[in-house]
Amino acid sequence: MGSVTATVVPPTDSNVIRSFRTFRAIAASGFRRYATYRQAAVAGVVTNTVFGFLRCYVFLAVTDAAGTAGGYDRGQLATIVWAGQGLLAVILLWGWTDLADRIRTGEIASDLLRPVHPVTSYLATDLGRAGYASISRLLPPVLIGPLFFDVYLPRRWATLPLFVLSVVIAVVLCFGCRYLVNATAYWLQDVRGAMILWTLSSGTLAGLYFPLRFLPEGLQVALWAATPFPSLFQTPLDVLVERDPAPVQLGLVGLQLTWAVLILTACRLVQGRAERRLVVQGG
Amino acid sequence: MSVIEMRGLRKEFTVRVKVGRLRREKRTITAVDGVDLRVERGEMLGYIGPNGAGKSTTLKMLTGVLMPSAGEARVCGLRPVAERTRLALRIGVVFGQRSQLWWDLPLRDSFDLLRHVYRVPAAEHAARLRRCRSLLDLDEFLDTPVRQLSLGQRMRGELTAALLHGPEVLFLDEPTIGLDVVSKQAVRGFLAELGRAGDTTLVLTTHDLADIERLCRRLVVIDHGRVVHDGSIAALHSRYGSRRLVVAELDSALAEAPVLPGAPVQRVEADGRRLVFALESASVAEVVAGLAGLAALRDISIVEPDIEEVVARLYRAPDDSQVTAVAP
Repeated sequence: MGSVTATVVPPTDSNVIRSFRTFRAIAASGFRRYATYRQAAVAGVVTNTVFGFLRCYVFLAVTDAAGTAGGYDRGQLATIVWAGQGLLAVILLWGWTDLADRIRTGEIASDLLRPVHPVTSYLATDLGRAGYASISRLLPPVLIGPLFFDVYLPRRWATLPLFVLSVVIAVVLCFGCRYLVNATAYWLQDVRGAMILWTLSSGTLAGLYFPLRFLPEGLQVALWAATPFPSLFQTPLDVLVERDPAPVQLGLVGLQLTWAVLILTACRLVQGRAERRLVVQGG
Repeated sequence: MSVIEMRGLRKEFTVRVKVGRLRREKRTITAVDGVDLRVERGEMLGYIGPNGAGKSTTLKMLTGVLMPSAGEARVCGLRPVAERTRLALRIGVVFGQRSQLWWDLPLRDSFDLLRHVYRVPAAEHAARLRRCRSLLDLDEFLDTPVRQLSLGQRMRGELTAALLHGPEVLFLDEPTIGLDVVSKQAVRGFLAELGRAGDTTLVLTTHDLADIERLCRRLVVIDHGRVVHDGSIAALHSRYGSRRLVVAELDSALAEAPVLPGAPVQRVEADGRRLVFALESASVAEVVAGLAGLAALRDISIVEPDIEEVVARLYRAPDDSQVTAVAP
């Protein structure tokens, strides 16, 4: 048993490369974990696609005689719907209660016993999950939509990389928001109330129920600047359909990034506070 | 320097109790009430007590997942809560009632992920895994997702997961709870092996006296958050008069109960064909030898004293508020 119990010298320096390797390994495991639920992915794709048709017909019905609504033309609206249906599962606005469940059952203790900060390890897992979702959940609606509707395709070469960046930031930001909502379980035990509030506000204010550009301009500015919601969903879609000139696109992505940093910082603060008052449930 | 040090460690919880229809009152419950304890490197410590005695709470404070209300704890020279992440690299923890493995991943993938999480060099990791695989018979379910494992298989996986980074201290909170005899034996055998190597300190909480007897020389009993016994098992048994019993089944009843030195007859059952002896100073072999000369033996069984009974005796003892240290 000698070598089984031999003591490791703990790495004391915060080696960036080693941290990155750890992060990558956790993300890869997130990918594998979610990849085990294939039937769930199929069911999700079917639902997203059916709702894609519904939403697309509704959005196209509100266009005026010139074929525009809120400044979008019909092609842009179709792209927003179908790319949005795919992004829904990648960004994962709804349906994540892993952290809250683990706090409620006391399993959170196992997360705290790892040498990795919980926010970091949950974020890595979520990026892995998003990676799997972008294959299993994003591609199908994006490929099916154009078969039935005329969609808008980006015309500037820089749009695609900017869209990818915007989606990655949206995933990180959305993870942070979900983490905060879940973390209320440290104080409340039962997160259903907080979850309902989150579901309602994110659906409306992130631009899922209707594109936020349908709103009066003052309200739009207020939403973008004062809340993280538009950065979760509307921004990547607006970048994709080139709703704004390139400098504005960049500005919106920069705003997204600011929100992501703010929310992740909040996650770490909340986690730290929670740990000081944490009662690990159960014997 | 001791591997684990606790000085006046204390944990209080505030609960709200209903009084009357609407009113609720705050009450403070003391789960751990000033525990002082030192554990040296390589020691195997049994930490027992009834449900709610404060065992798990102590372990949670030592591993850094729970903030003490007062007092101090040091594990491997580190402050558990403040330096939790650094401490995590040097300790291993198995909670019998929780899992630290990833539910949807096969064991093999979980182990591989742990290698990256704990940043263990590949060769060291492979060597430890190889030994755990052979000692705990992991091979047949190494590729099974954790959610499909039986409790015994999962526990063997948990033990491996806790040891792959070569921890200096291993905390085990009821590691044999709910396991069948074979799995229990596998787990105990493995831990005994680990203890023999001598460089891992082991802290074990359990309700199963056999775990303790097999593994730990030192036993700490905690009740209502206070240490009520710190010493060997033998010292505990002699202090509270609990004895092992030898149950002898005879072919035919004896005319009168036999007198064996150091093992008085405690009960006579089944019309005199079953005799129960309490072992005081005699050994089992002496009782069997003594009986064999008197009657034809059909069966012999040994009943270990029940830990619950010993612990229950401990509470009823008049000096139970006194901390008694008995040399092992």
